[in-house]
Amino acid sequence: MQRLNKLLALTLFTLCSACSSMEPWVKPYERDHLADPIMQFDAAPVSAAYMHHVYQAREGARGAEGGTGGGCGCN
Amino acid sequence: MQLNGARLLRLLAAATACVACASQAAVIPEDRADVMYHSYSGGGVTIDGPSVLVRKGFKEKFSVSANYYVDNVSSASIDVQLSASEYKEERTETSLGFDFLNNKSLLSLGLSRSEENDYEAQSFHFSVSQDFFGDLSTLSLGYSRGSDKVFRNDDSELNETVDRHHYRFGLSQIVTKNIILSLNYEGISDEGFLNNPYRQVRFVDPADPNNFRLEAEVYPRTRTSDAIALGSMVYLPYRAALKFKARYYTDDWGIDANTFELGYKHPVGERIVAEAHYRYYDQTAAEFYSDLFPRADFQDFKARDKELSTFGSHSIGVSLSYAMQIKAVEYLQKASVTLSFDHLRFEYDDFRDATVSQNNADIAAGDEPFYRFSANVIRFYISLFY
Repeated sequence: MQRLNKLLALTLFTLCSACSSMEPWVKPYERDHLADPIMQFDAAPVSAAYMHHVYQAREGARGAEGGTGGGCGCN
Repeated sequence: MQLNGARLLRLLAAATACVACASQAAVIPEDRADVMYHSYSGGGVTIDGPSVLVRKGFKEKFSVSANYYVDNVSSASIDVQLSASEYKEERTETSLGFDFLNNKSLLSLGLSRSEENDYEAQSFHFSVSQDFFGDLSTLSLGYSRGSDKVFRNDDSELNETVDRHHYRFGLSQIVTKNIILSLNYEGISDEGFLNNPYRQVRFVDPADPNNFRLEAEVYPRTRTSDAIALGSMVYLPYRAALKFKARYYTDDWGIDANTFELGYKHPVGERIVAEAHYRYYDQTAAEFYSDLFPRADFQDFKARDKELSTFGSHSIGVSLSYAMQIKAVEYLQKASVTLSFDHLRFEYDDFRDATVSQNNADIAAGDEPFYRFSANVIRFYISLFY
């Protein structure tokens, strides 16, 4: 757990340091590919949530499989 | 709930809550309704049922979502075959989600409740997402609290509880015009009655005709885990996308796990999107797991759940989605129909098929072949966008 926390802190520090001295390099008018529906990690939330459930019920691992902010209070 | 029910229920609650609060950027999720039929069949278990999700936004600042999910379970899994009878049950879950967008911040609240005849679970979750750096980055923080009640159908004395805390961090980063990266961390802390009240371990007993007997399993009453995942979406030189995900998991029960996923999405014309994906998973066993303990009461904590054993799995799946514009119905913009099929294969390294020695006196306990099984998963859903 300590190793993971250090890795997380290092990643955050690196990202924050990098962002503070740089300008956004992908302009809004350059994001048509990113806005394409095929670029969504999970196109249908109800379907993706079900597959997470299928795997979690049969595996020991849990967590960090959703989008940013996904999850809930019960595994 | 029988042998696998408690675990399935808890995980179902987690999965459904994802529906309410998952987001990649700090924007109000689109208005949509999904009606899905799901089916799982494999390892002696059949589970199917509907899932309905409705989401509606207001004034481009608020969004409300509701999900209703049902599992109809018929189980004669290898765990049931060893020590119980085939059973059927129904499990239902309802969840509500609320989202509020303020400038570039998205606040999300969610509630969910699951019920079956011997297990109840409810959870509350909260998350906040913030876009920054020219909207190239989205940072998310989340917390969830879950409270479960555990019963046992044939033991009215059993009335246990579980408390769960989830802490989440997420970062979504636009790297180039064609690449998005995501980083997710989730720490989970559980306390309470964590094992399945129906499951048993087996131990060597030379006096028994099968050379083994069964006794109740005992889990530690606490569990803390960490999971970190890295994902990416890559837009290819032509209109298609590659998806990659990797996750590392570790917990204080001694389980370490790795997950890798690779997917490919390919539109065909304007209406059809085809997708193929592969997923690999492996894990080490919990420290207190054993397929066959040397004697009764061999140690304080003991488990023989195959989910806590050493194993690996492979999954391969395909999906086909057909979208259409809807002009005949006012307020309805488009609709899509999707059919997905996944084939899963589980291969265990230290979990043996104990029914072999149970049914064949020539094979001693501990000499049975390692257990393995395959399963098929079908999802069929209609999505309406308005």
